[in-house]
Amino acid sequence: MSDTTEATLAEICIVALAEAFRGDGEVLCNPMGPVPVIAGRLARATFEPDLMLTDTIAYAIEGNLPLGGDPSDAVVESYMPFRTIFDQVWSGKRHVVMGAPQIDRYGNQNFAAIGDDYRKPKAQLLGMRGAPGNLINHATTYWIPTQARSFVESVDVVSGPGNDTIASLPEATGRFHEIRRVVTDLGAYDFETSDGTMRVRSLHPGVTLEQAQEASAFELTVTGEVPESRLPTDEERHLIREVFDPNGVRNGEFR
Amino acid sequence: MADKRMTEDEVVAELKSGMTIGIGGWGSRRKPMSLVRAILRSDLTDLHIVSYGGPDVGILTAAGKCRRVTYGFVSLDSIPLEPHFRAVRQGGLLPDFMELDEGAFYLGLMAAAHRVPFYPTRAGLGSAMLSENPELRTVTSPYGDGEELVAIPAFEMDAVLLHMNRADAKGNGQFLGPDLYFDDLFAMAGAKTYMSAEKIIPTEDFLREGPVHTLKIPRTHVDGVVEAPMGAHFTECPPDYGRDEAFQREYAATAKDPEAWAQFRADWLELESHEAYRAKLEERGRA
Repeated sequence: MSDTTEATLAEICIVALAEAFRGDGEVLCNPMGPVPVIAGRLARATFEPDLMLTDTIAYAIEGNLPLGGDPSDAVVESYMPFRTIFDQVWSGKRHVVMGAPQIDRYGNQNFAAIGDDYRKPKAQLLGMRGAPGNLINHATTYWIPTQARSFVESVDVVSGPGNDTIASLPEATGRFHEIRRVVTDLGAYDFETSDGTMRVRSLHPGVTLEQAQEASAFELTVTGEVPESRLPTDEERHLIREVFDPNGVRNGEFR
Repeated sequence: MADKRMTEDEVVAELKSGMTIGIGGWGSRRKPMSLVRAILRSDLTDLHIVSYGGPDVGILTAAGKCRRVTYGFVSLDSIPLEPHFRAVRQGGLLPDFMELDEGAFYLGLMAAAHRVPFYPTRAGLGSAMLSENPELRTVTSPYGDGEELVAIPAFEMDAVLLHMNRADAKGNGQFLGPDLYFDDLFAMAGAKTYMSAEKIIPTEDFLREGPVHTLKIPRTHVDGVVEAPMGAHFTECPPDYGRDEAFQREYAATAKDPEAWAQFRADWLELESHEAYRAKLEERGRA
C-alpha cells in the first residue's frame, strides 16, 4: 500500500526542484546531492521523460535507480566520464543543480570560500569547482536547504556569476547564462523580472511572505499574488517514498 | 626496448625542490599515493603541485612541501572538503595558489599536452576565477564575432605522477575503472612522466585485462614505471579495490590535532617504503 500521509518539507522541495526541469527536453540533467538527485529522477519518471541522467559516477543510465542503489543493475545508455561532462557543459546541453552557501539578490553564488580575505578565508569551501563554467554555458538551478543562512546581501567571492555581473559583460559572453530557479526550505524563486532580481515564485505551505523576507538579507521581488508551492501528486509521493528514497536520506539535508 | 621499471625512491631522486609536479587521478580516486608518500619522506620542498586535488594536495600542503598549488577543487569525495587542505588555507599557509574552474583546468592540461600557450574558454568570465587570478588573461577572437574569452595557460610541468591499474615494463598504461580522468593529458603534458601501476604485466596480456579502449597511456609519454600494488591506497582504484573509507576517516580526523597528525604521519605516511606500508596495512587488516 502506498503511504499517503501528508507531504513533508523535503518532498515539497523535491517537487519544486523537479519543476525546474520542466520543458528541458533532451538535456543532461546533472543534480548534485540527494534532494536534487531525487528531483531529477522524479522529473524524468513523470513529466520530463527525455532527460538524460547519470548514476553520479560515469554512466548515463535509464530507469528509476534508487538513491545509493547499485548502478550495475541499471541499463547504461551512454558513457559520461568527467571529460565528457565538461564537453557536455561547453556544448550547452546540460542543466545543473548546485548548492549555494551564499547567494545574493541577482543570483551571484559563492561556494568557494567564506570571509573577506580569499587568500586566507575564514572557511575554505568547495573552491571554484564547476561553477564559473556551468553558469556561463547552460541552465543552473540552486538548492538551498537553509535560506536564512544563505540569502546574503553580497557574496564574499563570486563562483557562479549572477544576472547583474553578466549584464556588465559583453552581450556575447552571457548569451548562454540562465539561472533557472532557486529552491529553498521556504519557497521557490526565479529571475523572471525585468531587472534580473530574484522573485518569489511560490512559497511552501504554511510559509508567509513576511517569513520568507525575514529569512533574506536582500529584498525579495514580488510580482502579483504568490502561489503556494505545489504538493506532490500521489504518483510522485509514491516514487519519492518507495522508489527513489526508501531510506529517507532526503530528510537529512535540513539542519 | 627500454625497461623503464623503477622504485618510488628512484623516481623521487629524479625530482628537485622548486619543481612543478602534476599529479593524476581525481579527488580521492586513483591517486599515486606511494609516490606522494615518497615525496613526503624526501627532503623535496618548495613544490608547485598541479592536481584535481585529493589527499595528495592535503598531505603535501599540510607537510609544508608546497610553494604553490594549481587546482579546481581539493576533495576527499566521501568527505567533500579536504580537512588538511582547509586548515592550510584557513591558516593562510598557502598564499600562492591558482583556483580554477574544474573544466578550465582540463584546458590547461590540454594546452600543455598540445604544446600551445593556451586554450580559450568562456569559463571564468564574470567570476572570481578571473578577478582573483590577475595572471589570467583574456583573448579576443580573431574572427568576425570578436568575442572575448579566457586564455587558460598551458600547465607546464617538470614532472607528472600517475597511477594506473596495469602497465608494461615499456611504459604503456591501462586503466580498468570507470573513468580515466585526465591522466592521458597529464602524461603528455609532463616533461617527465612517472607512472605507478597495481601490476606490471607482459604487453601481450593487456587485452586479457580489458578492451582496447582502456589502453590510454602510450609509452611515448612515460619515462618510468613503478610496480605498486595498493599504490593508490587509501584512495579508490577500481576494479582492484575501493576507497578505504575507515582509513580515510582516520586521516581526515588528524587535521584537527597537530599531535595526531604527526603521529599519523609517522605511523603511516612516512614509513621507509611502500613495502613497509603494505605490510602494515596487511597487519591492520588482520587485526
